[in-house]
Amino acid sequence: MTKLGSRIFSRLVILVPYAWLVFFFLVPFVIVFRISLSTTAIAQPPYEPVFRLADGIAGIVDNIRQLSFDNFIWLTEDALYINAYLSSIKIAGISTFLALLIAYPIAYGMAQAPRTWRPTLLMLVILPFWTSFLIRVYAWIAILKPEGLLNQLLLSLGLINEPLIILNTNWAIYIGIVYSYLPFMILPIYSALEKMDHSLIEAAQDLGCPPISAFWKVTFPLSLAGVVAGCMLVFIPAVGEFVIPDLLGGSQTLMIGKTLWTEFNSNRDWPLSAAVATVLLLILVVPIVFFQNMQAKAEERGK
Amino acid sequence: MKSLGNIRRSFAPWADPDSKPFISFKNITKKFGDFTAVDNLTLDIYHREFFALLGASGCGKSTLLRMLAGFERPTSGEIILDGQDIAGIPPYRRPVNMMFQSYALFPHMTVESNIGFGLRQDGMPKAEIAERVTQMLKLVKLEQFAKRKPQQLSGGQRQRVALARSLAKRPKVLLLDEPLGALDKKLREETQFELMDLQQQLGLTFVVVTHDQEEAMTMADRIAVMSHGNVIQVATPAEIYEAPNSRFVADFIGDVNILEGKVKAAGNGRIEIAGDDFTVRTVGDASPAIGAGAAFAVRPEKLKVSRAAPADASINASEGEIWDIAYLGDMTVFHVRLPSGKVVKTSMLNAQREVENPIGYDEKVWVSFAETAGVVLKD
Amino acid sequence: MTKWSRFNIVSVALGFAFLYLPIVLLVVFSFNESRLVTVWAGFSIKWYVSLFNNQGLMDAAWVTIRVALLSATIATVLGTMAALSLVRFTRFRGRMLFSGMVYAPLVMPEVITGLSLLLLFVAIGFDRGFWTVTLAHITLTMCFVAVVVQSRLLSFDRSVEEAALDLGATPLRTFIEVTLPIIAPAVFSGWVLAFTLSLDDLVIASFTSGPGATTLPMKIYSQVRLGVTPEINAACTLLIALVAVGVIIASIVTKRRELQRQRDEHAAFAGT
Repeated sequence: MTKLGSRIFSRLVILVPYAWLVFFFLVPFVIVFRISLSTTAIAQPPYEPVFRLADGIAGIVDNIRQLSFDNFIWLTEDALYINAYLSSIKIAGISTFLALLIAYPIAYGMAQAPRTWRPTLLMLVILPFWTSFLIRVYAWIAILKPEGLLNQLLLSLGLINEPLIILNTNWAIYIGIVYSYLPFMILPIYSALEKMDHSLIEAAQDLGCPPISAFWKVTFPLSLAGVVAGCMLVFIPAVGEFVIPDLLGGSQTLMIGKTLWTEFNSNRDWPLSAAVATVLLLILVVPIVFFQNMQAKAEERGK
Repeated sequence: MKSLGNIRRSFAPWADPDSKPFISFKNITKKFGDFTAVDNLTLDIYHREFFALLGASGCGKSTLLRMLAGFERPTSGEIILDGQDIAGIPPYRRPVNMMFQSYALFPHMTVESNIGFGLRQDGMPKAEIAERVTQMLKLVKLEQFAKRKPQQLSGGQRQRVALARSLAKRPKVLLLDEPLGALDKKLREETQFELMDLQQQLGLTFVVVTHDQEEAMTMADRIAVMSHGNVIQVATPAEIYEAPNSRFVADFIGDVNILEGKVKAAGNGRIEIAGDDFTVRTVGDASPAIGAGAAFAVRPEKLKVSRAAPADASINASEGEIWDIAYLGDMTVFHVRLPSGKVVKTSMLNAQREVENPIGYDEKVWVSFAETAGVVLKD
Repeated sequence: MTKWSRFNIVSVALGFAFLYLPIVLLVVFSFNESRLVTVWAGFSIKWYVSLFNNQGLMDAAWVTIRVALLSATIATVLGTMAALSLVRFTRFRGRMLFSGMVYAPLVMPEVITGLSLLLLFVAIGFDRGFWTVTLAHITLTMCFVAVVVQSRLLSFDRSVEEAALDLGATPLRTFIEVTLPIIAPAVFSGWVLAFTLSLDDLVIASFTSGPGATTLPMKIYSQVRLGVTPEINAACTLLIALVAVGVIIASIVTKRRELQRQRDEHAAFAGT
């Protein structure tokens, strides 16, 4: 092959996935933003103005005049949306914290396990991730129902006298999010802990630090990168979660992913849902950029 | 006139003004961002030479080797190989092959196909490839391992596969990056001599990068001692050891005592330096200014320790006291404290040591040396 | 070896119980005689029979498998290319944007990705159906493939590629003869990951699919909204079984390879 051929090959390797992502990932966001500035119309597609290349430059200029920020103003005026955003952040935050509390001891226990067991334990954590997300959420309905398996168990043990109402409350959503996203929290923490040199703890203890204090002064700070990565991996998608609040949460639970879905599919208000998505994206930009910087740093270290 | 009997002994093209270098680095600079790995370096290597680049890690020796292989492009300067500027040629078109530090054997290929890889790239007919591979396997004594995968070989065997693979294309120059670094000490010593024999037998130019001074001294015709992207001294192993040109080289290769002082007299092929403990008189053609600071380097084995005072105790001799003794089996190292408080290291072969009444701790002794024992350092 | 304290054992055991119990219960109740999924009334496979007679579910399953096979294959090619660009070509214009676009879909809420892709397809006048779901899944899953392949590329000894170049192989031949065989296991696991993600996806498929291209998760979702039935449990159990078989095969292959490696090491010592 010629030198030119080699150069074309390496250009293609970059260009093809690059172009794909620009067209199917970046351009759609531009379109979302554009439509969020349109107004609803009874038409197909149900918004106006619609850009058409056939209209030429004059048509586009005319269209731009019709754009408005009405949808964004509407979002700020209607308490429903503000509450939905706030409640999503709150639910995602609480769930992330609960997931961290549960995941850390598991990850720690795994990292302490005999070396020969670790690959098996690791696979067991990853395994549920391969089964359908929808199925895993669905499985909880039968458990959390008032006449469900959890209440049957607790009643038969005599721990409670009447069924707990969990399904269709925020608690069901917390459980659903923690359950579904737990592997994402365990894995980065585990990999941070597993890499850690055990002699550091021994050194701390040798220097007079009792085990619990050695944990807080040595182990935990060194696993912090894993903790932060895990929190990002749970928090960011949880804010926009749709399936979990829809199936486990009640009709009164407000989460923005659900609101967006309803606006779009039931009310067919495309411009408003585009505005909802735009604002959600703006809220998530900070943690996403943060997450990406961490990824980039990890990649640098990898080299 | 060269004797035909022993090529090696009289092999010194660098001393012959008529011979042309085979590889020339001309004012090579290589920068990685702000970091200058190689700094305006000029160096000639001759045909059939076994050349070693020696230095601590980060001194730029590997970068230099990688520029020769084509993996790095010099920021400025020229690299001439056999009369051709190779700066713009990609690695896969250079008549140069490399043996990697990690061996870089292809894990999914057998020993055979590893060795034949380069030949297949050239489109050599299958029969010829098979023949050459057999020949290479024989050369590195791995005939019975042809069908094995690299994972099924020991470290020493992998090293020989890597060597055979890089020699299979009969390159003009073989580059070796820390070729023996991953081997244990005993195997390393054996392999050093194997490499030297191979280089003689094939008549190739070898450029080896190493941080191990012993390895460089054993194998190389000439050594370039590098530091901070520069060549500090290029010379034969004996010259480097006996006549280091600088404090850095003297310190880097072997043990050395450096005696400081001021120039007292110079001329008639002699230099005299007055120091705290010694008045040094040594051979030397340089004529430094009287009164200028000077440093004299002398190896521990060139210092003599004795109970009796030498004949002329005013020159190249000092009294001292035994400070420490280290018994190393074949030799004994004495640390002697001189009147100024300076401690010098001397070593004595145990064959020469008095077994009956050996010199002991705290004993008063004399340290002395000959006029030709050391050199005055340039810096 | 570090000591495995009781606390560690208990926390790991409880953690795994939490992760697996819901799935186990779901599988158990798919064999329940009763229509109720919370009261055990005896063993039966009648829900599996009725499942196979449910033409709607079977059609959806067929669509899902076709989408998953096609999108996973294309995503593997694109994702491998993306990983190579990120690891091997460290300097090119717009690299920051590129790595951003590779990582962002991993955490982007699915509602946003789904909505934006739908609006793209409407804007370019592409009728929604099989192809739009496939394109959407390629976009999402190629990023996961890229991350998996990238981590393999980062851990591999670069000098092996340099050795190939040094021996006269052009960059393309180096890739085909050396790089690809070495990263093949990672590329394969990338494919499996992409396949299961596509099999699994509800939200993005709901946005981007059209009439005649209802996927299995969409079908399951619409039935779940009407109530929990053992038939859905049966469908879920089959999906889980499918994945479990895949994972078991994969782990047997890995185990074999591990044994082979041990034998190799043994041979190396015997050979010296």
